Amino acid sequence: MDFSLSEEQRMLKDTVERLVRETYDFEKRQKIADSEEGFSREVWGQLAELGLLGVPFPEDFGGLGGGGIDLMIVGEAMGQGLVVEPYLATVVLGGGLVELLGSDTQKEEILGAVVGGEKLLAFAHGEPDSRYETAHVRATAEKVGGGWKLTGRKSVVLNGGEADTLIVSARVSGAHDDEDGIGLFLVGKDAANLKLHSTPAIDGTRVAEIALDGVEIAEDAVLGTPGACFHAIEEVLARAVILLSGEAVGAMNMAVDTTVEYLKTRKQFGKALSQFQVLQHRAVEMRIALEEARSLAILAAARLGEPRDVRELAVSAAKSGIGRHARFVGEQAVQLHGGIGMTWEVPVAHYTKRLVMLDHLFGDTDHHQERFATLSDAAA
Amino acid sequence: MDLNFTPEEQAFREEVRAFLQSDLPDDIRAKMKGGKRLVKDDYFRWHQALSKRGWLATNWPKEYGGPGWTPVQKHIFDEECYSAGGPRILPFGVNMVAPVIMKFGSQEQKDYYLPRILNLTDWWCQGYSEPGAGSDLASLRCSAVRDGDHYIVNGQKTWTTLGQYADHIFCLVRTDPDAAKPQQGISFLLIDMKTPGITVRPIILLDGEHEVNEVWFDDVKVPAENIVGEENKGWTYAKYLLTHERTGIANVGASKAAMLHLKAIARDQMKNGRPLIEDPLFRNRLAKVEIDLMALEMTNLRVLAEVQSGGAPGLESSILKIRGTEIRQELTDLARRALGPYALPFQSEALDGGFNGEPVGPDYAAPKAQQYFNMRKLSIYGGSNEIQKNIIAKAGLGL
Repeated sequence: MDFSLSEEQRMLKDTVERLVRETYDFEKRQKIADSEEGFSREVWGQLAELGLLGVPFPEDFGGLGGGGIDLMIVGEAMGQGLVVEPYLATVVLGGGLVELLGSDTQKEEILGAVVGGEKLLAFAHGEPDSRYETAHVRATAEKVGGGWKLTGRKSVVLNGGEADTLIVSARVSGAHDDEDGIGLFLVGKDAANLKLHSTPAIDGTRVAEIALDGVEIAEDAVLGTPGACFHAIEEVLARAVILLSGEAVGAMNMAVDTTVEYLKTRKQFGKALSQFQVLQHRAVEMRIALEEARSLAILAAARLGEPRDVRELAVSAAKSGIGRHARFVGEQAVQLHGGIGMTWEVPVAHYTKRLVMLDHLFGDTDHHQERFATLSDAAA
Repeated sequence: MDLNFTPEEQAFREEVRAFLQSDLPDDIRAKMKGGKRLVKDDYFRWHQALSKRGWLATNWPKEYGGPGWTPVQKHIFDEECYSAGGPRILPFGVNMVAPVIMKFGSQEQKDYYLPRILNLTDWWCQGYSEPGAGSDLASLRCSAVRDGDHYIVNGQKTWTTLGQYADHIFCLVRTDPDAAKPQQGISFLLIDMKTPGITVRPIILLDGEHEVNEVWFDDVKVPAENIVGEENKGWTYAKYLLTHERTGIANVGASKAAMLHLKAIARDQMKNGRPLIEDPLFRNRLAKVEIDLMALEMTNLRVLAEVQSGGAPGLESSILKIRGTEIRQELTDLARRALGPYALPFQSEALDGGFNGEPVGPDYAAPKAQQYFNMRKLSIYGGSNEIQKNIIAKAGLGL
């Protein structure tokens, strides 16, 4: 058993944390989140320059060949700075699908451009009534002539509006919730018969609603084998959960530290808030929640390369447990800050929003607790 | 980062399993699995088996007869013992008084007491708490007054776990009532329980069991050489004891065994014609505590790895104590609730090893409510969970 980071991982951690600490302060983050595009091309360029956009990809395609721990490290730094750049959508989800399913040509072209910071991707998978079910796909892909025609709706697509290319899931066979029968298709943002409505999300990120009304694409825009994409989707979502777990830990850490500092400085009834035992104990409970979240993040990250049943049990444990702990820390951070914690101007409010909204991505606490129960039964 | 145990550690696990298979007496294993009452002889035979193998004093350095295990090996050993149904190793001799004697005792004390702990000649109990000194231990009043070659001890200790089995008690006593701070007038004294003037009275706990006692001292003459270290420095030694070897504090092995047992009950109990484990509400309660247990295990392993590479756990010890006890309490709570109405019957005699009467309800039912009530102690003893939060607030967060 070994919990230490490798030399490469330590360097990765230093690099990404330094970037966030030195160039991504709260004011800058707020400006970026409020900007036209909702993220910074300059920051994206820096991420590319430092090699960070290639963390999970094999070295053959310009990547760093990183695994779960590396994703957790990147996520933690991003959580510390509440980074809004489309790393999850482009690198982890989009890039991950291309890496797992793409032809050599697709990998070379697309991953090369992703790593270089020249191409943004988004994974258009969720649908209006899919909630958190990974296999739920009602959008259809129909074989027409030398290509495919896509019809359906995709909802709350992370950074869909910013992407150059969307990776759209659509059904080629089976019932709407079958694992078999799901295909993935590369769709340009300017494709005909595609309607996209981008909105800000409450945590400073961006999401889009997408309508595909007979979008025609060529055969070479197919990713993987149509109908056999479920397992790659599940694996990429596991990576996404690991990145988000790291992000939650990073943001929780900031929320706890900020709150503890605030308790030491704010005075009421003639003494510092830190003198009140009821508040001390609440801060301690936040600190404990952070430690538990960190343990679960490490568990999921370290299990990424294991067989599916082991990996997914850890993923659901992490997503459920961290969802619960993150919400607790977020809510208590606001509570212990009192009125000022309710305002837009203080960082803690924005950490809290991210910590709570993380639970709405890729399955919430309840969803993964239920899924964990099923996976745990199967393992017994 | 690698969560897997090394091949050497795996081999060690196999060695422990083989030992438990051959040397843990079957009747004791059966009692543990059935939640039956253990008597002194059960503990004695189990400790004897461990002592013979050289595995009783798992925390002792090799020079004193310990096995020289790493923290991870100790963890594996604990986990396998609980999984096989081995009783806990009673800590009062091997893990409480022994480390203090090793660190602060005289050569004579080391030579005399340590071998007797290892070969089970002496049974120790702990004399810390008093009726007026619980979480605020430093306010203790039991006094020891020097009189020539002796101390004369007067006062009362309480919550003395398994004091009815013990022949020795290590006590914190007040030797300087006028010290500037209450912590400064306390000494650490070793007392033979057969000394005239000592009375042990049982305290029956809310589960109906005789687990703890009160111990009265009435002009008890204790040889002066029985003091450990220096007079009035006892608080320092007691604190050392509190920080010594806290990696087992999470009790992950016991909780993992309890989790498996709870699931077996939930598969057996029925609700609306289906196994309880399929009930959406109950299965989610199970999943939540299982996830918490996984997080606890990871935190524990992280602390072990840290200790193994030379670090000292700080606020993590308190975190492990708080969460370890909360999770274990939750498991006993769910086991009780899983039984439904059959948690109610209180058939104390059914917990005796020789019981061959008619069980009321399922054979696993009898001890569950008792265990639930007994386990309420976990968040009170060893520094209550609220005290642990004070420690984290002060030492960990600087509040």
